[in-house]
Amino acid sequence: MREIGDVILDLRGISLSFGGVKALTDISFDVREHEVRAIIGPNGAGKSSMLNVINGVYRPQQGEVILRGDHFKRMDPYRAAKAGIARTFQSLALFKGMSVIDNIMTGRNLKMKANLFQQAVWWGMAAREELAHRAKVEEIIDFLEIQHIRKTPVGRLPYGLQKRVDLGRALAMEPQILLLDEPMAGMNVEEKQDMSRFILDVNDQFGTTIVLIEHDMGVVMDLSDRVVVLDYGRKIGDGSPDEVRTNPEVIKAYLGASH
Amino acid sequence: MIYRENGQFKTSYAADQQIFPIAQDRWAVLAIVAFAFVGIPFLVDEYLFRAILIPFLILALAALGVNLLVGYCGQITLGAGAFMAVGAYAAYNFLIRIDGMPMLAAILLGGFVAAVVGIVFGIPSLRVRGLYLAMATLAAQFFWDWAFLRISWFTNNAPSGSVSVSNLELLGWSIDAPIEKYLFCLGLLALFALLAKNMTRSAMGRQWMAIRDMDVAAEVIGIRPMFAKLSAFAVSSFYLGVAGALWGFVHLGSWEPAAFSIDRSFQLLFMVIIGGMGSIMGSFFGAAFIVVLPIFLNQFLPWLGGLVGLHISTAGVSHAEFMIFGALIVFFLIVEPHGIARLWSTGKEKLRLWPFPH
Ligand SMILES: Nc1ncnc2c1ncn2[C@@H]1O[C@H](COP(=O)(O)OP(=O)(O)OP(=O)(O)O)[C@@H](O)[C@H]1O
Ligand SMILES: [Mg+2]
Repeated sequence: MREIGDVILDLRGISLSFGGVKALTDISFDVREHEVRAIIGPNGAGKSSMLNVINGVYRPQQGEVILRGDHFKRMDPYRAAKAGIARTFQSLALFKGMSVIDNIMTGRNLKMKANLFQQAVWWGMAAREELAHRAKVEEIIDFLEIQHIRKTPVGRLPYGLQKRVDLGRALAMEPQILLLDEPMAGMNVEEKQDMSRFILDVNDQFGTTIVLIEHDMGVVMDLSDRVVVLDYGRKIGDGSPDEVRTNPEVIKAYLGASH
Repeated sequence: MIYRENGQFKTSYAADQQIFPIAQDRWAVLAIVAFAFVGIPFLVDEYLFRAILIPFLILALAALGVNLLVGYCGQITLGAGAFMAVGAYAAYNFLIRIDGMPMLAAILLGGFVAAVVGIVFGIPSLRVRGLYLAMATLAAQFFWDWAFLRISWFTNNAPSGSVSVSNLELLGWSIDAPIEKYLFCLGLLALFALLAKNMTRSAMGRQWMAIRDMDVAAEVIGIRPMFAKLSAFAVSSFYLGVAGALWGFVHLGSWEPAAFSIDRSFQLLFMVIIGGMGSIMGSFFGAAFIVVLPIFLNQFLPWLGGLVGLHISTAGVSHAEFMIFGALIVFFLIVEPHGIARLWSTGKEKLRLWPFPH
């Protein structure tokens, strides 16, 4: 069984704006090892921007990201990936022209060390690596129950399965921290249940710390240990699911927004 | 019912990772390669070697290079001809300036010089894409057209950049008959096609395709766009450089910068679009198509005109050629961006199910 540990990721005073639009204003919160931390809030609240700051796709004007005690004024995606942060995307961002296997294999790229010449002759280390990582990728495919589509180009898959492949690609990195941006958006009840189960299993079996953005309140309350609430780029609530649910400011924000 | 994979169960990932996992494909390709090496030399006359087969082999190698960059990595280029020119002139300089330089080594070194130049001219791709990148690579084309015409050191002071190479020799084997030239080019093409296939089915190729398909997601899983894009430029330019050197040394014998003009760049791009972007096989289809079509039209159109009592001039044929290319390119860009290679694989999928409709 997992046991929630120390703070692994700490965000301090993050402010981010695009031209005149303030996406995030002075946000601070932390994430503990092995927990499931949810970020909720109405549309345009700044949730996705927050994930983009964590893994360095966006550079905040103010504040810093502290990862296992290391301070990053400017994170960048490559360093974040090396440090064990993986993510999935709100709008699908798979490699459309590639098969399911290749998409997930690509998630292993940081672990593959053969150089271009070895790959070109498909000999020695390059061939061994392809085999070893393929075996690992097949484990992920089994775990996500997508054996039947492993060779299909992802562009041809229905939406729900594409979301699963997106998760598979992130899992292939064997991340310590997994950022999930609305993994269940647009799914039917059954698909949502499957996805919830995968997320819980990842958290449980591998101890992966999870930061989850989700609109479905039922799912959030079921899955998460602690919840941050954003509204118009500001933090208006932070605590256990029960605390957040009864927080008057949160209730107001959700009633005010059309949901 | 003959072409299918039934009963061919893969018992290991290694078996599943083969270049041609279906046995029929494997045998067919082996048969074609074997025929190209031992069959064709006995069947074909000198004209066919010179006019069709040798140009086809060299242009297929160049198209392969363009495809690695455009089809696999998604970076557009209008400077392919320039990288061929760099390869040809660099190889020429290695050959004449260094005593005892073997011909094959000069050709490969030409490729390496082209790779370095490719990296330099690929740097704009880190900042711009699409039309702007096309402009930047076009600048490379114009720059090298100018350089080989005007900077006389590159061409050993030959007037207007026209140079020539003779007495090709490989380890004591002198390559002068068309059949020998054909075998030499075929050997190199087979080797480089295999290497290209291996690159595209391993980590490097996946990085290129990831950058092509969704660059933000690629970065987030730790792919560095700079490394992926510049390596694609380097490998692509290497292929183009080797092809350029072969074009100069083996096919033309003597050449000037116009052999690698902007027309060549467009021709190579068309081969990739028609043959199939992101497909090794497609590069061959495209090169074959573009080499053979003009010759076919030259024979066919006047004959067709004759049937209906019309005289079609040579100029008429070349106009028709332009129109047909234009129409085909529009067709493939809009209807089938994966080119002849995709039509081919769709056909095979149908065949796999035949005679059952589903
Ligand atoms: N790349 C960008 N350029 C300009 N503005 C942006 C960019 N990304 C986000 N924004 C703006 O920042 C604000 C927050 O957007 P964000 O996508 O983070 O919201 P969100 O909480 O994820 O919303 P949703 O629930 O709709 O996904 C919005 O006003 C959005 O328009
Ligand atoms: Mg969002």
